[in-house]
Amino acid sequence: MNEEKIIIKVGDLAKLSIVPIGTSGVIHLVSGQGRLGRRLLDMGLTPGAEVFLRKQAPLGDPLELTLRGYELSIRKSEADLIVIRVTDLDAKGDK
Amino acid sequence: MRKVINKMKKNIRVALLGNPNSGKTTLFNSLTGSTAYVGNWPGVTVEKKSGTYYFKGKGKDREGIDIIDLPGIYSLSPYTPEEVISRNYILKENPDVVINVIDATNLERNLYMTTQLLEIDVPVVLAVNMTDALAESGKTIDYAKLKEKLKIPVVPISALEEKGLDNLMKVTKVEANKKREAYSVITDKKIEKVTEIYKKYKIANPLFHAIKALEKDEIEESENKEAYADVQSLMAQDKEDYEAVIADLRYQFLTPLCAEISTKPHKSEKEKWTKSDRIDQVLTHKIFGMLIMIVALFFVFHFTFSGDLLFLNAFGVNFGEGYEGFLSIMVGGEEYRPFAGLIYTDGGINSIGEFFHVLAGDNETGILGLISLGIKALLLKWNAPEWVVGFFYDGLLNGVTAVLGFVPQIMILYTFFSIMEDSGYMARIAFMLDRIFRKFGVSGRAFIPMIMGFGCAIPAMINTRTLATEKERIKTIRVIPFFTCGAKAEFIAIIAAAIAAAVGVDAGLFTFSMYMLGILVAIVSVIVMNKTTQREKVPPFIMELPTYRTPQLKALTRHVYNKGKHFVIKAFTIILASTIVIWLLANFGWDWQMVDENGTGSILQSLGSFIQPLFTPLGFGVQAGEHGWTLTVASIQGIVAKENVTATAETLASIIDVDGFTGIVEAIGLSNAAVVAFSVFNLLTIPCFAAIATAKGELSNRKVYRWTIAYWFLLSYGLGALTYVSFAYVWTLAITIPVIALLIALLIIYDRHKKKQELLLENE
Repeated sequence: MNEEKIIIKVGDLAKLSIVPIGTSGVIHLVSGQGRLGRRLLDMGLTPGAEVFLRKQAPLGDPLELTLRGYELSIRKSEADLIVIRVTDLDAKGDK
Repeated sequence: MRKVINKMKKNIRVALLGNPNSGKTTLFNSLTGSTAYVGNWPGVTVEKKSGTYYFKGKGKDREGIDIIDLPGIYSLSPYTPEEVISRNYILKENPDVVINVIDATNLERNLYMTTQLLEIDVPVVLAVNMTDALAESGKTIDYAKLKEKLKIPVVPISALEEKGLDNLMKVTKVEANKKREAYSVITDKKIEKVTEIYKKYKIANPLFHAIKALEKDEIEESENKEAYADVQSLMAQDKEDYEAVIADLRYQFLTPLCAEISTKPHKSEKEKWTKSDRIDQVLTHKIFGMLIMIVALFFVFHFTFSGDLLFLNAFGVNFGEGYEGFLSIMVGGEEYRPFAGLIYTDGGINSIGEFFHVLAGDNETGILGLISLGIKALLLKWNAPEWVVGFFYDGLLNGVTAVLGFVPQIMILYTFFSIMEDSGYMARIAFMLDRIFRKFGVSGRAFIPMIMGFGCAIPAMINTRTLATEKERIKTIRVIPFFTCGAKAEFIAIIAAAIAAAVGVDAGLFTFSMYMLGILVAIVSVIVMNKTTQREKVPPFIMELPTYRTPQLKALTRHVYNKGKHFVIKAFTIILASTIVIWLLANFGWDWQMVDENGTGSILQSLGSFIQPLFTPLGFGVQAGEHGWTLTVASIQGIVAKENVTATAETLASIIDVDGFTGIVEAIGLSNAAVVAFSVFNLLTIPCFAAIATAKGELSNRKVYRWTIAYWFLLSYGLGALTYVSFAYVWTLAITIPVIALLIALLIIYDRHKKKQELLLENE
């Protein structure tokens, strides 16, 4: 997506689609509409939930998240709808 | 009288409901002794299934409980077609009790749907499953506290180890005689007000519907129009997004609850790598992940179909004349060696699949050969007339054994697929391939029904219900037959043998390239549909990745056994019947007199010869001459069932007195180009009757369905002709290549034009 290096610090608000792999955070906002939005909510992506961006697929997309004790895969385009407050930048993830 | 009374007494009806992959189907199998299929990826159960549990006791007086296994759902706000099935069952069929199956190792998300279920006036029993996995991870759950908080009975179970099941059923039976009043874990004045509206309209389960109306649920809007309209007018001034608020409130209730009842809060989980995580690190590795996947898929096919294990022969190891076989028998003055080539042939060592194929054999080799030759020897001993021997041995046994011989090999293929599914690897393949699939116009989720197509198109088409959009389903259903199913593997094998005999190309290589061709056609088809008739934004990809687990031998054998049974039953029913009809039609003329030999003058020959010219552009029409009708008949029989291509070819080969498909090809003097075209046509054309019926059921739109059938026929015919013409007259490529390039260019221009239009629409 954006080639520019964006520096993200702990405490920042950032879209889940742009934070580096290994980032942990708390969901601040989910902006999906209609069925897609409801599905994200149903899967536990609600404001206040802790998420950990575990890895990305070998081809760069989709992403794998850990939340509420399980693994969920979503695309970057879906991650784009989710804003998190970063709590940790270097939890264990594989590159 | 007594019988009547017994029938009047209805069993208690219990529905199993839970998240995908929470172990409902395993529980269902354990309770009912059924053999429903269990996999380790979300969405294995796409239809409801029912069975009966019997309390321990004697004879027919045992008390039974009817159990219905529903498709797994994450929420009672449906997202995919199979989720609607579950919601409708609970709301409209009024089961006596709902057993809510939840995964003990993943409480929070599993309990989310429980909070919705509590809003329906139905007794609920919470079955906390996978306690074995919970114990392994060293965690514990305070069940008493959970029961107190949710106000419903809670029973810990392990469906896999069959622990706690009797207790679960006892509790269920008690609950069935009770009423439970719905309540919500969310307390809100708005909900109360809206519930009153629904009560006023006397709608059952008012609390549930009220909350769905607040969430602006689409099904709610269409089903309870008046009440819904009242709610919306009441809420007109309210700008709140209740959908998000309600989901949030549910989790706000659950997060502290889960922390309270489990000894180790899930928070620490991400800090330590579990075994599953370490496996995952390798299997979805940035660089090696894709490589491992390709190698794994290649070896699945190599171990199943190759006659040259590890390519030893190709690398120059000499196997002489091959294994001679330990047995030699004489029947009708001819010597047979049923087990020749069992372990290795002059072409190399047999793969495990090929070993079983040779072991099973046909009507003159392997175990089936021993049986068939035994029958023939008996008939000869009894001096049976020649036509009787012909009917049983060359007609019946020839056709049926040709099909049965492949069953073990196909079961091996299923075993590999089952291991991949049960272990959780299949879901990771979907995860890794999504990026590529998206380019074609479907999500990585579509990979699962597509790869199921390698087994059988029918369950694969049903599985498309887990896909998110209607157009994605259409695209996937249309290409599923291009993934070579088990029955098609059979005729590809006999064609591969013919090609190997003619030009010496390795049979495994030919088989592999046919599989690849199918995949390629599927990809191109999806791309073209996505750019033309089935345009849509890429469907979303939101998928749970299940924890890796060791495949369970019991589940694995159940599944593979069921698949094998399916093919054996088919061989003895539809294939047997077709074989008899074919043999009769090929041996009798229009005057109901038996024809002499070569089938000349038979009903089938005249019918086949009449249709034969249709296949001229494919190289096996008029060019095939007097014996060409056999291939026409085999192809048309293939539309009934694909095994028939093999069975019919074998039966007709004996009619024209040659040895199998290879014999037909040699007798006709058919060109290699035509043989390949025959293979391409049968590979891609209209699948079997059963698949057509399934497609009809799954495609709700009649027009879409008819176009699907037309598409299968026209595509296979066109590509068959293209194959033949390109191979037989290479110069034609000078015309076809530019034409294809032009078509691609037109497609790109059309796509750009459409994109602009869509963009304009969006901006408006």
